[in-house]
Amino acid sequence: METEMDTVYIGKPVNRVDGIKKVTGAATYSGEFKPEGLVHGYVVSSSIANGKITAIDTSKAKNLKGVLEVFTHENLPEALKSNVDYSDPLAPPGKPFRPLYNDTILYNGQPIALVVAESFEIARHASDLVEVTYQVDECSTDIKKNKAKATRDNVEAPPDDRGDAEKAYKSADFKLDVEYSQPRHFHNPMEPHVSIAIWDKDEEAFTIYDKVQGVNSSQTYICGIFSLEKEKVRILSPFVGGGFGSGLRPQYQLFLAALAAKSLNRPVKVALTRRQMFSFGHRPACFQQMKLGANKNGKLASIQHTAFGETSKFEYYNEDVVNWSGLMYHCENVKLDYQLIPVNMHTPLDMRAPGGTTGMFALECGMDELAIEADIDPLEFRLINYADKDQNEDKPFSSKELKKCYQKAAESFGWDKRNSKPRSQKKGNTLIGYGMATGCWEAFQQKSAAKAVLTDDGFLTVSSSTADIGTGTYTVMTQIAATTMGISMHQVSFELGDTSMPEAPMEGGSWTVSSVGSAVKVVCIQLQEQLFDLAKKVHPEIFKNLAHKDVTFNDGKISNKSGESVSFSEVLKEAKKEKLETENTLEPEEEQEKHSCYTHSCVMVEVHVDEDLGMITVPRVTSAIAGGKIINPKTAENQILGAIAWGIGMALEEEGMIDDHNGRIMNANLAEYHMAVHADVQNLEVFFVEEHDDIVNPLGAKGLGEIGMVGVASAISNAVYNATGVRVRDLPITLDKVLTY
Amino acid sequence: MNDFKYIRSENLGESIDVLYKENRSKLIAGGTNLMDLMKYRVENPEQIIDITRLSLHDIYRRDDGGLRLGALATNADTAYNSEVEQQYPILAKAILSGASAQLRNAATNGGNLMQRTRCYYFYDTATPCNKREPGSGCSALKGFNRIHAILGTSEHCIATHPSDMCVALSALDATVNVQGTDGERTIPILDFHRLPGDTPEMDTNLKSDEIITSIDLPEKGFHTNYAYVKVRDRPSYAFALVSVAAALDLNGDTINDVRVALGGVAHKPWRKPESEESFKGKPATEENFGKLADHILEGATGFGTNDFKIKLARKTIVRALREAKEL
Ligand SMILES: Cc1cc2nc3c(=O)[nH]c(=O)nc-3n(C[C@H](O)[C@H](O)[C@H](O)COP(=O)(O)OP(=O)(O)OC[C@H]3O[C@@H](n4cnc5c(N)ncnc54)[C@H](O)[C@@H]3O)c2cc1C
Ligand code: SF4
Repeated sequence: METEMDTVYIGKPVNRVDGIKKVTGAATYSGEFKPEGLVHGYVVSSSIANGKITAIDTSKAKNLKGVLEVFTHENLPEALKSNVDYSDPLAPPGKPFRPLYNDTILYNGQPIALVVAESFEIARHASDLVEVTYQVDECSTDIKKNKAKATRDNVEAPPDDRGDAEKAYKSADFKLDVEYSQPRHFHNPMEPHVSIAIWDKDEEAFTIYDKVQGVNSSQTYICGIFSLEKEKVRILSPFVGGGFGSGLRPQYQLFLAALAAKSLNRPVKVALTRRQMFSFGHRPACFQQMKLGANKNGKLASIQHTAFGETSKFEYYNEDVVNWSGLMYHCENVKLDYQLIPVNMHTPLDMRAPGGTTGMFALECGMDELAIEADIDPLEFRLINYADKDQNEDKPFSSKELKKCYQKAAESFGWDKRNSKPRSQKKGNTLIGYGMATGCWEAFQQKSAAKAVLTDDGFLTVSSSTADIGTGTYTVMTQIAATTMGISMHQVSFELGDTSMPEAPMEGGSWTVSSVGSAVKVVCIQLQEQLFDLAKKVHPEIFKNLAHKDVTFNDGKISNKSGESVSFSEVLKEAKKEKLETENTLEPEEEQEKHSCYTHSCVMVEVHVDEDLGMITVPRVTSAIAGGKIINPKTAENQILGAIAWGIGMALEEEGMIDDHNGRIMNANLAEYHMAVHADVQNLEVFFVEEHDDIVNPLGAKGLGEIGMVGVASAISNAVYNATGVRVRDLPITLDKVLTY
Repeated sequence: MNDFKYIRSENLGESIDVLYKENRSKLIAGGTNLMDLMKYRVENPEQIIDITRLSLHDIYRRDDGGLRLGALATNADTAYNSEVEQQYPILAKAILSGASAQLRNAATNGGNLMQRTRCYYFYDTATPCNKREPGSGCSALKGFNRIHAILGTSEHCIATHPSDMCVALSALDATVNVQGTDGERTIPILDFHRLPGDTPEMDTNLKSDEIITSIDLPEKGFHTNYAYVKVRDRPSYAFALVSVAAALDLNGDTINDVRVALGGVAHKPWRKPESEESFKGKPATEENFGKLADHILEGATGFGTNDFKIKLARKTIVRALREAKEL
């Protein structure tokens, strides 16, 4: 008997299709292209946070052999000065930052000049020869000191109040009224931001390789600034060495590379240094007041959550910090408030689970504190207050298997072995603590387009302008296309990261699989239909009176019920068609609008704290995730493992240290900006619980890039309390904060 | 980074000559510290002298039973040298608790002695710093000083020496052999690094024309009762907030000899031989360890965010001595 090849790849732990390319160096990242005549730009950054440039002397730099030009606000082309459209699709309210626009300094580390030279080394050396004189005005970057300036202007209002939270709080049996805070976090992908811009003078058109999480936004940005039509700006970004949100908005190196390339008519590469990677977009500093009340039966009586987030003086960066508190648990009396505090910093930017990690940190620590207050097991407390519907929006969930997550995590972790009394578990000098938290993240679907081309050799090429920021987009889309089409993965190529392809949203918000993946599935079904129509024409004897639903597509063949089949390639060849091509744009369906779509998780951790020395380690983390259909368990687990490591860093280490005297970041390097290293990451255990969802999108998959991080910092903080009896509400939980002597 | 000349030196005399004659020359060994400092424009040498071809790589036993560590032997080769592992495990442990495997493969022993502070402000030319630019002020006094010194500070500088290796070397009473235009001399490790005083720009007592050729370890290696405890913000790839090298020579429960050296608390590895002296002949008890710690830490003062280091240092000393005793 002939064995049929199984072309069902969805749900299987398939290896990355670009894995070999990546480990052999064959994957070309944006900064690695070498167009002929390439020259190099090096950015000069401001050393003050607020004031004006009174003089900028570039003569020494320009005199250096090999230097082509030094761009500053003094020689910015008139056309760009009169243009005000520097916005990008993700720009928050306010005025976007315009590099080299004028002499005003808005934040420390602001780009104030670009030196372009024949080599990187010459450009870097020349950058040191640019002499800048400033008028220094007072600056302040500390959000707590600036609380009086908090504003609700340009803030997306959180969900309306329900009930009377203050009244319910007053009469509650158990109460909590505390403040949590966290510092700035920086994305720090391994690959620094880089752009290579090539200007075609005859065509008046740009080709730009850009490190970005979505090429279309860079295109919009460049078109706006240089007043060009979309056809004249092609952005490519085939591989991205990590993003975490840092590539969600076009950054200044893109503008500078384009400016220089056009002015000099030479291809220009501008790469940021590691220090400069700390000079744009970060997770904002935030402090939050959490006021909770519960009654004797353990039911939440009142939730009041107020958050103060950081923003710049020129844009109002918003994120959903407090909304989670109205969503996670059943409660009739809720009051949510979110305000912004502008300081002399660059504008914050979405960073892995923006808002969610922050707000859920406060909520999940608060829940732990209140459970302890009420003498109820923290897991039991969450079950008592389980929300069966979204009370913020008054909608049912498309699916919510959070109870399964609680159960799976508790079972595997051994939650029942937790002793609720702090400092009760000890081995030698080591205090042992258990902690848990719930995680939650949005399951978005965005409008996305994809194109499928089947050639007469039976090869399928699917494309969409999306990105692969290390998440496995290439692999997962290939799996979806191959499975849907019924064809071997080796016969499929997925292409991305090019504005000439059908438009996809930015890769962010964990929506790529659900949005682009759904578009890929639907375009492949469309292709099948067209192919089937053709098959009926060339092989009426096999497919007579049959409809699309009556035949199967497997192993590169269309078969009828009695097993007679014809290969894709034969169909095309016999129909004398070289290729079949189709495109589709998919938008979320109405049914989805009627529901709330979220991913959920339960995180349990064990921490060890050295009683005398304060050092904290996390020997064990269990994370159980309800994320809908899992397309590839391998890349999925990968996302969660990485996100847990991020959570450990957030809980114990990460802090952008901005000196309030000068608004400068003092630890702008990977040695002093501590994030989790291998030694921090020990036994991580990930489970995906069964979750069926027909509503969320045609794939039933929810996206997993961010959920793994939400709740980790709270679980660790709660475990540290269980170990030590010390409640640290101010991240990161460094060892000095848990010392009790 | 400034424009600089690069010389690869083939012999020691020649290197010393260039150092002597050409101002603003810098030796480069592993380059793991100097290159960073040059990129940040903290160091701006006009020329760098690559000494990695000099024959200073060997580690060998001396006639007096001690061990000689070549200045150009890497930190990794030193830590994994079998004689070091057996006779001076405290040194191996200290070295391996520092930096990362990749860095230790490149870093040399001479460079480790000469590495500069990790004070954030020292690395950032946009901020005042007396060590980098004498007279400009000390930003750390009112800034981020959680990692800074609690002992031997001055109003001019509160930076620490970041090395782990040097802490163990101090506990072992190592000596540093150097050679300059005036010939060779040997500097006891405790006199090698300086306190900041009013010249924080000077980290060590090495003269500008001198090269470190080797480090000598005396025979006594305390391999039976030793500990190196490093307290830091993450379990690897982080400098010490406080580190302690403790070594005991015990006769039953009585202290014959004791050594305690601290890292992360001062401008140099901190040791107080007179405190140690007064505990010789006393019982090795938890109580005496505490008293010794108090002795050593006498006069310790914090600058706000590093106040915690004072009590932490005491706990760390006691822990290290206990570990050394119980080994
Ligand atoms: C990210 C990072 C983390 C680190 N973490 C730690 C840590 O946890 N613990 C720790 O102890 N260290 C740590 N280090 C420091 C590391 O140990 C030093 O950088 C290294 O030892 C320096 O040796 P090198 O040979 O590379 O010196 P180089 O960089 O080549 O030189 C450093 C200095 O020494 C001088 N020099 C070199 N050789 C000689 C010689 N023979 N005679 C006279 N002068 C000489 C040079 O002129 C220069 O001024 C870390 C370093 C980095 C970059
Ligand atoms: S502590 Fe020393 S190194 Fe740091 S800023 Fe002050 S003077 Fe400079």
